[in-house]
Amino acid sequence: MATAVQTVERETYLNNGYSLKSWLLTRDHKRIAILYLISITGMFFIGGFFAMLIRLELLTPAGDLVSSDTYNKLFSMHGISMVFFFLIPSVPAVLGNFVIPLMVGAKDLAFPRLNLASWYIYIIGALFALVSMVMGGVDTGWTFYTPFSTTYSNTHVVGTALGVFIAGFSSIFTGLNFIVTIHRMRAPGMTWTRLPLFCWSNYAASIIMVLGTPVIAITILLVALERLFHIGVFNPALGGDPLLFQHLFWFYSHPAVYIMILPGMGVISEIVTCFSRKRVFGYEFVALASIAIAVLGFLVWAHHMFVAGISVYAALVFSLLSYLVAIPSAVKVFNWTATLYRGSIRYDTPMLYAFGFIGLFTIGGLTGVFLASLGVDVHVTDTYFVVAHFHYVMVGGMVLAYMAGLHFWWPKMTGKMYPEGWAKLSALLVFVGFNLTFFPQFILGYMGMPRRYHAYPPEFQVLNVLSTAGASVLAMGYVLPMIYFLWSLRYGEDAGPNPWNAVGLEWMTPSPPPTHNFDETPVVTWEAYDYEHQPEEEVSVGH
Amino acid sequence: MATSDIEIAEHALQHHFASMDQQRETSTFGMWLFLVTEIMFFGGLFCAYLVYRWTYYQAFVEGSQTMNIWLGATNTAVLICSSLTMALAVRCAQTDKRKLMIVLLLITMVFGLAFLGIKAVEYHEHWTNHQFPGPNFQFDAAEAAGVNPQNVQIYFSLYWAMTGLHALHMVIGIGLVTWIVIAGARGMYSADYYSPVENVGLYWHFVDLVWIYLFPLLYLISKKHGG
Amino acid sequence: MASEEHRQHVLPASIYVSIWAILMFLTGLTVFVSFIELHNWNIVLALVIATIKATLVVLFFMHLYYSSKLTKVTVIVAIFFLFLLLALSMTDYLTRGWLTNQIH
Repeated sequence: MATAVQTVERETYLNNGYSLKSWLLTRDHKRIAILYLISITGMFFIGGFFAMLIRLELLTPAGDLVSSDTYNKLFSMHGISMVFFFLIPSVPAVLGNFVIPLMVGAKDLAFPRLNLASWYIYIIGALFALVSMVMGGVDTGWTFYTPFSTTYSNTHVVGTALGVFIAGFSSIFTGLNFIVTIHRMRAPGMTWTRLPLFCWSNYAASIIMVLGTPVIAITILLVALERLFHIGVFNPALGGDPLLFQHLFWFYSHPAVYIMILPGMGVISEIVTCFSRKRVFGYEFVALASIAIAVLGFLVWAHHMFVAGISVYAALVFSLLSYLVAIPSAVKVFNWTATLYRGSIRYDTPMLYAFGFIGLFTIGGLTGVFLASLGVDVHVTDTYFVVAHFHYVMVGGMVLAYMAGLHFWWPKMTGKMYPEGWAKLSALLVFVGFNLTFFPQFILGYMGMPRRYHAYPPEFQVLNVLSTAGASVLAMGYVLPMIYFLWSLRYGEDAGPNPWNAVGLEWMTPSPPPTHNFDETPVVTWEAYDYEHQPEEEVSVGH
Repeated sequence: MATSDIEIAEHALQHHFASMDQQRETSTFGMWLFLVTEIMFFGGLFCAYLVYRWTYYQAFVEGSQTMNIWLGATNTAVLICSSLTMALAVRCAQTDKRKLMIVLLLITMVFGLAFLGIKAVEYHEHWTNHQFPGPNFQFDAAEAAGVNPQNVQIYFSLYWAMTGLHALHMVIGIGLVTWIVIAGARGMYSADYYSPVENVGLYWHFVDLVWIYLFPLLYLISKKHGG
Repeated sequence: MASEEHRQHVLPASIYVSIWAILMFLTGLTVFVSFIELHNWNIVLALVIATIKATLVVLFFMHLYYSSKLTKVTVIVAIFFLFLLLALSMTDYLTRGWLTNQIH
């Protein structure tokens, strides 16, 4: 439809420079978020590739697809890619980076250059890990337990561990940036109690990043020193204690799971309120629960060591503390449910993922409480029960939250709507595929199938086949969004500034936002989730 | 061309901050948070130290007999002096005394290099005495003292790891001071904009802090042999 | 100058020198005391002196005394979490020998 008047294309962060240099030297938090999006998606599919090989091997009881040494490498690299290079950065580095400055009404994060440095550090760490993988990887498990990792393993421990060490600094700098931003860059009127809960959750996760990550950094350094110089700090043959490694490792790695889940919970808070058009029930409780999870999360790490040889009295202390940490998570689930009650619920894709999260995270979390019980843990530790537990919280919880957030903020980030029909189908595939993959594993674990073994007794085969079938369905649920998100960039409907009619500063800028976010610094006079005063309009896009 | 304080400050104000005040407070807070991560980073080593000192106390006593208290004490004094000159240098930045600031920063660097020099002397001594963990480790006094040489080796592992990491931070610190000397000589700082000087100062004092704990923990374990 | 009110609190140089003098004295003290056999009190005294020195450096050389409440809370939180790492790890090591398998 040609007209005589040429309209000037509005300046957005996407068209503000097309060169590679303008992207690779950007200081714009939104562009950095996109850079992260591309990188972690790559690492996710690499981790998924290893998962596929694991599940293929486990189709049959005999260890016939790969050797046991190779199988050890497969689950190790699946864990390392997924934990350090996908789960930990995903919501904070992609969604947090993009949305937090918008949510607090700032032009950027507190330290934009540090933000870019974070991404480069992540890439360097990932390269170290990838090169090590290509050269043969590690077979130590993502947990690098000593003295196997320090003395006996013949694989590329130092290279991989260095990759994790480097990526840790990326995480530290992101967390540092978020804490300072949320403290110091809020727009006038944006008080702490008006902050979206997504900010509270990322703030709590950032505290963990800053306090916990350095400890695993020094631990990895000691492993590298021991491997290179045989210093013997963790080697019993030289007087060292392998349990000291485990203490130091889990001091970070347990809170790390809260680094993963807290931002995901933040996403759920945003989505549940928007799609039930209600204030969140008990805002202060949800906000404080985030902080409580962060603090209590640091007190429970030895529950990964109950059968490793720690003293029984220490085990008792850590078991009790582990029960306590479940409480703030439960508070959140109750509050989300109460928010839904009598809400005006819309079943768009983000909300479907949020529903999935609430159910699956509850199952995962409750099975965690099972594991906190010393007696039960003795029976199911190092079995598939544990594997199922953490996949329920990590995938059923965290990945679903990430998908929910990606769908929720995609229109803001790109200005385009994804195709709702395909998105709903993918959500269904993910939910069904996920449960089919991992529920049988609870049963397998309880029945005694150990984890990290590539061969198993024949009576476990049926459940394993179900699990692999589920994994295939789940994989489809992940591949479809890749396709339709990319499709939407070219052919998706224009989204407009607020396709969900949501409350929040990020929805008051155009989609995609201009580089400087706001033309004028906003002044906030309304409470968070002020849906009572938000007119409910007919949503006109994407349906 | 002497740039006025206000010009320096205006040039230094970054676009996403509303005022120099906000930028300064944000920058300092960020630096403190970074130091928090450093506390936890060294903290892991202190945890390992605590565990092994508890478990192998006698071996730690034996190991620390080989430390030269006087070199260690001198180094402690050197670092404290360097902290003084660093603090005074920051004060000069605050009060627009640019030339004196540069002089004090240079003196700080000299103290830092002196520390590293003394450390190098100590390291050389330990190295030639086979007091480095690994296949060449040797500690002949162990048997006479009734301790397992393996456990003494753990003491030395921690000694080298903790002081080595500290020395690495010292080197980085000297590099940072070099950077602000050069920038300061170019007139980039003023009473309204001296955050980099202050932040490097914070880093420098932190490195001093770590040594304040390392000295008694590694050198002063027990004077059973009377020094 | 318009920026006068933005200037931070400036400590007189004499304060820095006084702190320096105390730190030097405490260093000498800790070396001196280490030659006296006080058994378990040696480490306690050494750590107390070190902590006094550290506190002086943090409060005055690093200006924490004059900093915002947020900064002060941040430092205290960090020390607290370090303490947690050390203390909770020691709950394991301190109690390992407590339970024995002897049948009485």
